[in-house]
Amino acid sequence: MQHVALAVLLIGAAALGGCSEGVLDPKGPIAAAERLIMLNSTGIMLAIVIPTILATLGVAWWFRSSNKRAHYLPDFDYSGRLELLVWSIPIMTILLVGGVAWLSSYDLDPPKAIASAEKPVRVQVVALDWKWLFIYPDEGIATVNQLTVPVGAPISFELTSSGVMNSFFVPQLGGQIYTMSGMVTRLYLRADHAGTYRGMSANYSGAGFSDMYFNVDAIPPERFEQWVAATRTSGSVLDAQSYAELVKPSQAVAPFTYRAVAPNLFNGILSTGMQPVHPSQRTHLESQRAEK
Amino acid sequence: MNLFGKLSWDAIPFDQPIVMGASGGMILGIVSVLGWVTLKGYVPYLWREWLTSVDHKRIGVMYIVLGLLMLLRGFSDAIMMRAQQAVAAGGAQGYLPPEHFDQIFSAHGTIMIFFVAMPLVIGLMNLAVPLQLGIRDVAFPTLNAVSLWLTASGILLTNVSLVVGEFARTGWVAYPPLSELQFSPGVGVDYYLWSLQISGVGTLLTGINFVTTILKIRAPGMSYMRMPVFCWTALAANLMIVAVFPILTATFAMLLLDRYLGFHFFSVDAGGNAMMYVNLFWMWGHPEVYILVLPAFGIFSEVSATFSGKPLFGYRSMVAATMVICVLSLMVWLHHFFTMGASANVNAVFGMTSMIIGVPTGVKIFNWLFTMYGGRVRFAVPVLWTIGFMVTFVLGGLTGVLLAVPAVDWQVHNSAFLVAHFHHVIIPGVIFGVFAGYIYWFPKAFGFTLDERWGRRAFWCWFIGFHLAFMPLYVTGLMGMTRRLQHYDVVSWQPWLLVAAAGVAVIFAGIACQVVQLVVSIRAREELRDVTGDPWNGRTLEWSTASPAPAWNYAVLPRVTGLDAFWAQKARAKQGQPAQARKYAPIEVPKNTPTGFVNAFFAVVIGFALIWHIWWMAALGAFGAFVTFLAFAFRQQEEVEIPAETIAQFDRAHPAEVAL
Repeated sequence: MQHVALAVLLIGAAALGGCSEGVLDPKGPIAAAERLIMLNSTGIMLAIVIPTILATLGVAWWFRSSNKRAHYLPDFDYSGRLELLVWSIPIMTILLVGGVAWLSSYDLDPPKAIASAEKPVRVQVVALDWKWLFIYPDEGIATVNQLTVPVGAPISFELTSSGVMNSFFVPQLGGQIYTMSGMVTRLYLRADHAGTYRGMSANYSGAGFSDMYFNVDAIPPERFEQWVAATRTSGSVLDAQSYAELVKPSQAVAPFTYRAVAPNLFNGILSTGMQPVHPSQRTHLESQRAEK
Repeated sequence: MNLFGKLSWDAIPFDQPIVMGASGGMILGIVSVLGWVTLKGYVPYLWREWLTSVDHKRIGVMYIVLGLLMLLRGFSDAIMMRAQQAVAAGGAQGYLPPEHFDQIFSAHGTIMIFFVAMPLVIGLMNLAVPLQLGIRDVAFPTLNAVSLWLTASGILLTNVSLVVGEFARTGWVAYPPLSELQFSPGVGVDYYLWSLQISGVGTLLTGINFVTTILKIRAPGMSYMRMPVFCWTALAANLMIVAVFPILTATFAMLLLDRYLGFHFFSVDAGGNAMMYVNLFWMWGHPEVYILVLPAFGIFSEVSATFSGKPLFGYRSMVAATMVICVLSLMVWLHHFFTMGASANVNAVFGMTSMIIGVPTGVKIFNWLFTMYGGRVRFAVPVLWTIGFMVTFVLGGLTGVLLAVPAVDWQVHNSAFLVAHFHHVIIPGVIFGVFAGYIYWFPKAFGFTLDERWGRRAFWCWFIGFHLAFMPLYVTGLMGMTRRLQHYDVVSWQPWLLVAAAGVAVIFAGIACQVVQLVVSIRAREELRDVTGDPWNGRTLEWSTASPAPAWNYAVLPRVTGLDAFWAQKARAKQGQPAQARKYAPIEVPKNTPTGFVNAFFAVVIGFALIWHIWWMAALGAFGAFVTFLAFAFRQQEEVEIPAETIAQFDRAHPAEVAL
């Protein structure tokens, strides 16, 4: 049965190889490095796990009570050599995997900048109930539920939340990171191939959570410039007032853009977490009660 | 102010057919069972022999009954979730709206951990540990009954939430700020918090009781290194309970202060910090995993030794591994949130400590392997569960170590991969172990063994169903599917989720087999009767007394000269050493008391009143509980004496007991 299960797992992994999504199909250096670590660690451990499974089944079957050819050793309960072996096998395995884990914790530390000749594109991410706000402070624009990035340039994310905790996650570009109210987390990602990748919240945040996903459009740098310019020409302005409107809970919001963003809005959102109840949050509370 | 606080007719969800149907069925079931019991005239018997019992074996049985009943409840939640995710793909919304689906997955996690796994594990410890130690009861028998009934109170409150009000929609971890009043203004989180506060006190008292029992009361001659391994694992689990359940209680108390009195421990404003809750929760939460799994490891050790006809291989290694896990499990909590953005140093250190736990666990696997090596393995049902566990758990452990690598965890944290992983360790690790223990010790509790054929069928259904249900989740997790999705837009996940739903159906068949097994065995109990008290050719002391064990466990306390005391005794008896003549003396056993049951009634009243802000009722409940305590404290008679003649008579009727 175990083999069937394993086979299912392997076929699944093989099927995934051809899939155009998920962590096994990376589109950037971070996700690629993380996949490599996942495969290496799995390989190291399978080398010991598969023989253990086979040995368990083999020993249990050979020493079945009806097998007259098996030697009965009723007092075999200690062997120093075997004990040494029994402790050293897992220790050596863990040393290997542990080494991988230790090094990669530093190499792939989320806030660590990706070395690149190109200037990073800064994006400030705010998780709202239940949609994503992306502010481009250098470009002075903002988007909701849609992230557009240039191919090849490192993206420097600063992330926070308006209230409930979420987790910002684009599997094909790299690992996730929590967004927490009143706190900033930092993350560097890069897309090496043009394409559209699924991003989402990976931390349950309430009723509208299932629709809290967005598309990441990775487009060539020159098209990115055009996109920025086009965005600046249409849509409304994101300031304290329109933010107070945006922050109200809503679900399955279709993507839209803001042509301009009030400076320091992100820092303002960040500090609301440190202040007495913000008017916007009071409306949040009331609307939830009304829902009930 | 309203006399009934927040409670009104609106609290009952008349407009939701699924909820009303489930509650109606539940109420009908309870009423018909109560009616049947009353009509048959069983009430006085139940009250005298069970509800007021302080006998550790009966308390153990009642814990297990509670756990199995709640397994049915938690499993129905699982069926609903799998059915929802099987259909809610693309634009479809499925049949469960988010507010209902969110309650179901929160209830499923809470129930399965606190009200299924915990009662089952604690129940088996109650049943077996005093017998294995060769003693007559636990250190504090009445406290033991109080623990049981407080657990039952928490269970009752959680189930009341189905009918009156709602359950939490926060996930079973109830992370703030989502669980704060600001984002969860309903009573769901309060049901969650008060249920777990009440049952948590019960669990803490169990921990104190068993640590005291194992450290202070053992049969003459039973030194620490002569204790059966299950007692060691029980000791480790209860030490952890004493260490970490107070953390959980304090954490929930802070969240309650936030919710009831406007404090700001974890709120988004006024300097609260939600990550403090997350840290504290997992400082309890990770050891909790080992509180559940270590006793199950103990069961696997007992089963593999007994059915191989050999002593456990590497007893000292096993004890060392158990205690290493006990200590290390307190040092790994941060791996539950590598994604919070801690520094690389923190992540690396916690990644390493988490992996190091894999070492003693791996040692245990190899030791079970070498226990079977050179044995005569009888493939009885407990052995099937044990081997099924070993081959499944190593893969679950593999994905666990994978998740302990921070760089991998960032990619699969909170995904279906994670869901697959923890079911991959908890179902084989805990549930398979509990089922093995249930079949193994059933004759000791009831005097007859369980039907083998239906036992095998149950095992194969569970084993196959488990793989069908959870292997696909690894795949969808790698495809980028997060957990707790009420619906999803990526249709390529759907085939995998359909397979998972089919797996749940197969597990359902397994549970049905277990129900049939119980019914068939009860009807055939005369053929399955265990007249020897030692149905499996056991090694440890519990098999030296009659099945079912009498209230006093042992007419004469056994004298222990080494490991596997009963095995050694049987060997001596075979060599023709004459058994010593037995001299019977009267035995004092603790007197039954309704304290636990009555106290639990008031605990439910207090909990319900606090959930609905009915302050006068809470005060009344607290007063009642205090009066119960006083009545117990001032009772006249604590023990009843069983005359020597009764014991001698019992021994003559059950010649099985080998004099030790």
